[in-house]
Amino acid sequence: MKSRRDFMKTAATGAVLLGTQSKLGMTELLDQHKSKVVVARDPALHNAGAQLNDKRVIDLLDRAIAAYTGRDKPVEAWKRIVPVGKVIGLKVNGASGKGISTHFALVMAVCERLQQAGVKAGEILVWDRNARDLESCGLTINADPSRIRVYGSDVAGFEDQAESWGVAQIRLSKILSRECAMVIGLPILKDHIWCGATFAMKNMYGAISRPQDLHAGGCNPGVADLNCIPAIRENARFTIGDAMTSIYEGSPEFHPEHLWYPNALIVGEDRVALDYTAWQMIDRRRAEAGMPTLEAAGRLPRYIATAADAIHKLGTNDPRRIHLMEI
Amino acid sequence: MKFRSNWKWVVAVIVIVAATAGTGCKKKAVDPFPASGAVAGWDKTGDTRVFAAKDLYQYIDGDAEQYIAAGVVTTSTTDYKYKGQLEATVDVHTMSSADGARKVLETGTKDAKPIQLGDAAFAYAQSIIFRKGSSLVRIVAYESTPDTPQALLALARGVEAKL
Repeated sequence: MKSRRDFMKTAATGAVLLGTQSKLGMTELLDQHKSKVVVARDPALHNAGAQLNDKRVIDLLDRAIAAYTGRDKPVEAWKRIVPVGKVIGLKVNGASGKGISTHFALVMAVCERLQQAGVKAGEILVWDRNARDLESCGLTINADPSRIRVYGSDVAGFEDQAESWGVAQIRLSKILSRECAMVIGLPILKDHIWCGATFAMKNMYGAISRPQDLHAGGCNPGVADLNCIPAIRENARFTIGDAMTSIYEGSPEFHPEHLWYPNALIVGEDRVALDYTAWQMIDRRRAEAGMPTLEAAGRLPRYIATAADAIHKLGTNDPRRIHLMEI
Repeated sequence: MKFRSNWKWVVAVIVIVAATAGTGCKKKAVDPFPASGAVAGWDKTGDTRVFAAKDLYQYIDGDAEQYIAAGVVTTSTTDYKYKGQLEATVDVHTMSSADGARKVLETGTKDAKPIQLGDAAFAYAQSIIFRKGSSLVRIVAYESTPDTPQALLALARGVEAKL
């Protein structure tokens, strides 16, 4: 098995660049009235010892992307998703420490496919709040532009100029505001003691200087308002949600007693629909464990409905308008 | 002559009492983390990081509020490894009072097993949480092995002895 360093080196130097004509065309593929969300599962993703099978992760990713784009060949599928010749940011989530962070294997799988679709290694920037969060994902900091870059906002810094939308008065990470033409969110599915569930939209708390300012009221309307900041609304266009491992109670602190293995990736563009789907998954798991729903526990993720309302218009939380593909 | 000798003793006693009282007023900063090898099988593998309450979100964003509400003063954290394999993180939250430590401990331990450690303690298969005075300690392992519960308990005792 390759070491992480070997893998990064191979990924950085062994890319097959396949062209420059890729474009974002997801909306062309979608039913005009529905948001597509793909939940791809592999029950054998973890072995009996709870070890993740890296090879199966990239296979699962390929299945999820193929289902989403309607293209069987991963390279063709990825060309539909990412622009070539631009910097693509992968916003991981390591805030809860190494016990429940975006999996390294998923990050590497996405990097491999991006490069095969024509994105140069140096045009991929894996980022989060800081070095500690990135290291929690098993990543090693690297600012060398000839390879896949990995660093946080602690290195890039934040904009001096604050931006505001509703209650969100924030300073954006320069990684988001200046470096990335497109951000692919790679959040990890978690319960959250204040806002119920954290996934696609709340992942953007890691893109601002003072996330703690947006926790009031169960992060509502903080999450929705933050995602309306133009740079986030426009750049965070695609999400490959890591639901291979999850926490259904007590998070964001790592509580291994409430760890569970959905063995899934949740993929889509509509972050509201993604969060709605993620919330339903957590509630189903809580029911299986004999626990009250998030609403009964007083932690209904209200920000999801707020994000879908006529003011925010970030997506839909109406299950009738979500085209859910479970594969 | 006798009078002068007694005065010397009185002065000496006053100096000693004053010095003792002086040090007693200040809470001695303790390093709660056992050194490598101090607890059998455990090596300290990380640096100790200390967060003041106002900076706690940098470490546990989203969870910081519950500790701040309970009066956390500082949080110290470091990593350990057991027999070169099992990784664990130890967090020591120093609260402003024992009540603060009790308040956090009583939250979210409904399905945990009570154990004898410090002033009160609970264990899960991969974690232990206990309080002692104004300190609240949480130890979490990142893997469940047959050795994990006993190894965590030994490390927890090592920390508890240093508080």
